[in-house]
Amino acid sequence: MAAAPANNNWLGDPKLRAIAWQALALVALGACAWFLVGTILENLAQRSVATGFGFLSRSASFAIGETVIPYSAADSYGKALLVGVLNTLKVTVIAITSATLLGILIGIARLSRNWLVAKLAAVYVESVRNVPLLLQLFLWYAMITESLPGPRQAFHPLPGVFLSNRGLMVPGLADHPVWLAVTAALILAIALGLWRGRRTAAILIPALPLGVWLGFGAPLAFSLPELQGFNFRGGITFSPELSSLLIGLAIYAASYIAEIVRGGILAVDRGQVEAGLSLGLSRSDVLRLIVLPQALRVIVPPLAGEYHKLTKNTSLAVAIGYPDVVSVLNTMVNQTGQAIEGMALIMMVFLAISTGISLFTNWYNRRVALVER
Amino acid sequence: MSQSAKLGAIIRPPPTRSGPLGWVRANLFGSWADALLTLLILWGLAELIPPLVRWALINATFTAADSRLCRLADGACWAFIHEKYRLILFGTYPYDQQWRPLLAVVIITVLFALSCNRRIWARWLIPLWLGGGLLVALLMWGGVFGLDYVENRLWGGLPLTLILAVTGLVVAFPAAVLLALGRRSELPVVRVLCAGYIELIRGVPLVSLLFMAAVMLPLALPSGMTIDKLLRAQIAFILFAAAYLAEVVRGGLQAIPKGQHEAADALGLTYWQKMGAVILPQALAVAIPPIVNTFIAFFKDTSLVIIIGLFDLLSTAKSAIADPAWHGFYRESYLFVAILYWAFCFFMSRYSQWLEQSLKRDHRN
Repeated sequence: MAAAPANNNWLGDPKLRAIAWQALALVALGACAWFLVGTILENLAQRSVATGFGFLSRSASFAIGETVIPYSAADSYGKALLVGVLNTLKVTVIAITSATLLGILIGIARLSRNWLVAKLAAVYVESVRNVPLLLQLFLWYAMITESLPGPRQAFHPLPGVFLSNRGLMVPGLADHPVWLAVTAALILAIALGLWRGRRTAAILIPALPLGVWLGFGAPLAFSLPELQGFNFRGGITFSPELSSLLIGLAIYAASYIAEIVRGGILAVDRGQVEAGLSLGLSRSDVLRLIVLPQALRVIVPPLAGEYHKLTKNTSLAVAIGYPDVVSVLNTMVNQTGQAIEGMALIMMVFLAISTGISLFTNWYNRRVALVER
Repeated sequence: MSQSAKLGAIIRPPPTRSGPLGWVRANLFGSWADALLTLLILWGLAELIPPLVRWALINATFTAADSRLCRLADGACWAFIHEKYRLILFGTYPYDQQWRPLLAVVIITVLFALSCNRRIWARWLIPLWLGGGLLVALLMWGGVFGLDYVENRLWGGLPLTLILAVTGLVVAFPAAVLLALGRRSELPVVRVLCAGYIELIRGVPLVSLLFMAAVMLPLALPSGMTIDKLLRAQIAFILFAAAYLAEVVRGGLQAIPKGQHEAADALGLTYWQKMGAVILPQALAVAIPPIVNTFIAFFKDTSLVIIIGLFDLLSTAKSAIADPAWHGFYRESYLFVAILYWAFCFFMSRYSQWLEQSLKRDHRN
């Protein structure tokens, strides 16, 4: 930098100039970062806040309403974080699955030749997309907690299914060795299917677990929700928080997925449909065998983007009191004051989930992509 | 001649294939499955719509001094909206001064309407919004021309939502252009820094950004300086919007053919001349419809500020039903703000679609 202005050759050399600009950018950024980190550390020291991830092994001393694994307030912050991550994962997986199914259905319905079906699907998409997700979550939550009857008068549409202001109760699997064996059989069947190909999988994946279950003497080891006192026991409970989060996320994301599916189907050349019809295939066969496989190539990349968005939207859980990872970390930050570590943990968690989604969608995309011979 | 006229008069398509009947046949009862579906939907609508109309109009209470009348009727309680609409629309802004936020909302809406006209973009867009912004700030804060000073802690409702969204977009836009250029720069350090920033922000949920802005921004200031809640949220929004807009602008930049770059280089233009005079005008024109879409998403996302305790439109709707005297009328309250959000977003998305078509047409000519 010493001889800069006088030396015209030096300034005229684009390579050196580029290096100088980049060095300048780095220095400017470094100075900003140094100043910010310095002030933050100073402020933290003033408030006697510790730094580092040591707090993860300390006792969390706050309770979490809903957990996948056993957890109590005496457990460590690390365990609380794990509980939050598992809760987020649970919501993500269920919401993505249901949003995809609903979205495909609505997307196809929007293209239906039946005017009524197409219009209804259009009304659905236009009304859901243009209202903030958070508002929809509040509405669902208020509907469940304020307008549904109490547990004693719960709606009882199917045996073992109860809908009340305590949430949705459905039958679950009881604690019985047969389910362990069935799970093992299912994993084995999937592994064999991946090894031997789709046709084996189609037979083995239903047959093997069913066989094992029958082999155990077909025990009806289910746990049904039952009214005891003022609440239900047994079965699987979807709390009002979880139910409204799942319903809201699925309905909102489905409206976007429907548009992606519609766009993908419209991108398939009309001639393909006509060729299929002239071969004598039925309309549903044309859709299943000709249109969808080609549409998937257009659909999968934006669908992956939609999954990423949904994953990030699960963090709205904090507004209706579902303990997802952002909500748990927020409590942690409020207790320990360690905001930087909290932000770093949030980034790591979401980076990990996004990577998982990307790996899966990329694998699927490669499967459906055009294989040129 | 006479023969063909006669034929034309005689041979008409059968009535079941044309006219209203034919339409119904083709579009509602095309096949057995279609007919079944149509009947099913008609039955569903017949079950659903009359109770809805009864709730919203026939059994609804439109005026009532307090909630008792509403609780007696089993319809909607629009009296609740009548009672609370000032709170929902303007939050805790001093009641006798609420013409100021109202005027601010009108100004912003008029600016939006004017901006839809493409002819004013080139010369008037920036001065218009600058002037409008100044006027809105003057109205909201006051403190001059005999207007009482109102601190922004008291702002709320629709003006807050609009201000957060518009300010966020306007401030983030230049930053987004620079980030997008940086991400496509030939300088590796600049490229990595810009890409790192964009991916970092896009990788985390907005909720966590808002939390962190609320907790960390005060820490990042030298002791003695404070930063109010609205500004914290606004900064988080700007950081967030810049990353998302940068990706949209990058899409526009990628749509510009290489020949344009080469032609500009061949003319001997410097990097900034090339970008400012040749590349960006074209790239931004391509990117306008997706920018409008980003703005719609962004407008909806402003509702998240409720999480850090600001009184935006959704937040005021929620606090209106928290009043014990009017507890339980959540449907009316949420429906009211949902319609406001919906109207705005629906209009914007239609405009973006129309714009996309008309820009495409211009390119062809």
